[in-house]
Amino acid sequence: MSTISRDEVARVAALARIDLSPEEVDRFAGELDVIVESIARVREVATPDVPATSHPLPMTNVFREDVPTPALPVADVLAAAPDAEDGRFAVPQILGEE
Amino acid sequence: MTTTSATPVALVDYDDAVRRYDPVLGIEVHVELGTRTKMFCSAEQSFGADPNTQTTPVSLGLPGALPVVNGTAVEYAIRIGLALNCQIAESCRFARKNYFYPDVPKNFQTSQYDEPIAFDGWLDVELEDGTVHRVEIERAHMEEDAGKNTHVGGAAGRIHGAEYSLVDYNRAGVPLVEIVTRPITGAGERAPEVARAYVQALRDIFRVLDVSEARMERGNVRADVNVSLRPTADSPLGTRTETKNVNSFRSVERAVRYEISRQAGLLDAGDTVVQETRHFHEDDGSTSPGRVKSDAEDYRYFPEPDLVPVAPSRAWVEEIRATLPELPQARRRRLHDEWGFADAEMRDVVNAGALDLIEATIAAGASPAAARKWWMGELARRAKQSEVELAALAITPAQIGELQSLVDSGRINDKIARQVLDGVLAGEGDPEQVVVARGLEVVSDDGALLAAIDEALAAQPDVVEKVRGGNQGPVGAIIGAVMKATKGQADAKRVRELVLERIAG
Repeated sequence: MSTISRDEVARVAALARIDLSPEEVDRFAGELDVIVESIARVREVATPDVPATSHPLPMTNVFREDVPTPALPVADVLAAAPDAEDGRFAVPQILGEE
Repeated sequence: MTTTSATPVALVDYDDAVRRYDPVLGIEVHVELGTRTKMFCSAEQSFGADPNTQTTPVSLGLPGALPVVNGTAVEYAIRIGLALNCQIAESCRFARKNYFYPDVPKNFQTSQYDEPIAFDGWLDVELEDGTVHRVEIERAHMEEDAGKNTHVGGAAGRIHGAEYSLVDYNRAGVPLVEIVTRPITGAGERAPEVARAYVQALRDIFRVLDVSEARMERGNVRADVNVSLRPTADSPLGTRTETKNVNSFRSVERAVRYEISRQAGLLDAGDTVVQETRHFHEDDGSTSPGRVKSDAEDYRYFPEPDLVPVAPSRAWVEEIRATLPELPQARRRRLHDEWGFADAEMRDVVNAGALDLIEATIAAGASPAAARKWWMGELARRAKQSEVELAALAITPAQIGELQSLVDSGRINDKIARQVLDGVLAGEGDPEQVVVARGLEVVSDDGALLAAIDEALAAQPDVVEKVRGGNQGPVGAIIGAVMKATKGQADAKRVRELVLERIAG
């Protein structure tokens, strides 16, 4: 039985701003199902003495000193902008937030 | 866009609303940390830099850029957590909060979700009349600020009607700590005051901890205010609204007040409160709906794979705890005891923002009573006249200390001291300089006084007769004449002594 529904794929795609065709939704529902099932197998080997972890490296507290380094030159920063004005990125009208 | 509560509702009179409903608050305060660099990269951060001059590939979200945590920001977050009586996590991690908005260049904000660095704290908040209300803190977590959008083409820079927007990423990645309260109950009609006092207490704490300049007008401290109403204190919590980005103490108070009146109007009419984000309007103190929360509130949080956990050692936490400065409330209580002011006097001092000034004036040698007398009397009056804060007057606590020592040593009297004050405020220099330049020193030279006394005695022989006859009452007339002749610069006590000697002699 599939654990990832078409609706779920469509909803997540919308949240991620990915435009999927109905055929793609079908295909990804199936593929994601396979991925989820594969990962679920990990549960079979996980025992209570294996702590949950979100990170593969046995490291903590990797900190940087609070010392500034030179910033990117503004010209380089804006070189990647589709459009710029007054040293700032110009973006299309923002909708739906206010 | 959907504005389900756009229909205007009748606001219920505030006093009536809080008589019939029990308000519950929840406050989220964001503070920008005053580190030199950003949270996850070494771009400098400072207020007022030219647009996009403080960015790195990390703060621009360029492909392949990897974040590294600013250790000082973590220390500041722990300081804040400890000052708010929180537990500090043994281990915590960052998470991605995913959403799309032009001021978030990575398309996610690096924040903390299920594992905040600090949790389970409280803060006792003191209202202006001295009442204490305990606010419970659910959590304080680390995250980063967004860039700044400027909307072009619409009215007054609002999004509505804007043709396009300009984005400056200097602020993107500036370290933030977000402090979230548990539901604040039991404040009743004083809920707006409690909200204001809480945000103000936090601001004072940030400053004392030296973790932020905490300037409200620069947006260093921003509050989101949740308000809900319920019929009685025993009822389940009502539906809340969240008024975003309320950025002054007064606005926090007004926003809570408005929401209480508005929600009471809805409930009275049998409508329901919509759970939504609202915007506060400074001009009339009202709020208006933004987006409906349930629509968009799916941030697909997941643990940040590019950062390892933060696990502050207990030794480090204790070291930070041991170096915490005295917090504002403890300091107020200590000074209250040391100075021996009455409760009401102390409250007035605090509310007038004179605490630091008076403390510094005492450090400059004045007695607590004298320091209070100057700042809460003559100086408060002048500040009010020129409509400025006490601290903005062109006079320092050290100068007031000097002025008072001139009075104490008898070189000037109280009346002349006010003239000296005028001189200092007019930029004529320190009190000593003003006294010399204006020739205000008390005439202590007995010779000069005697000349004036003899003149006055000669002019009023009848007084001399009466005094010689054993009636000292009329001697005041002679003293008055001498004070007049010396333009008030004589020490009246000395004049009296000399007059009596002269008449007797």
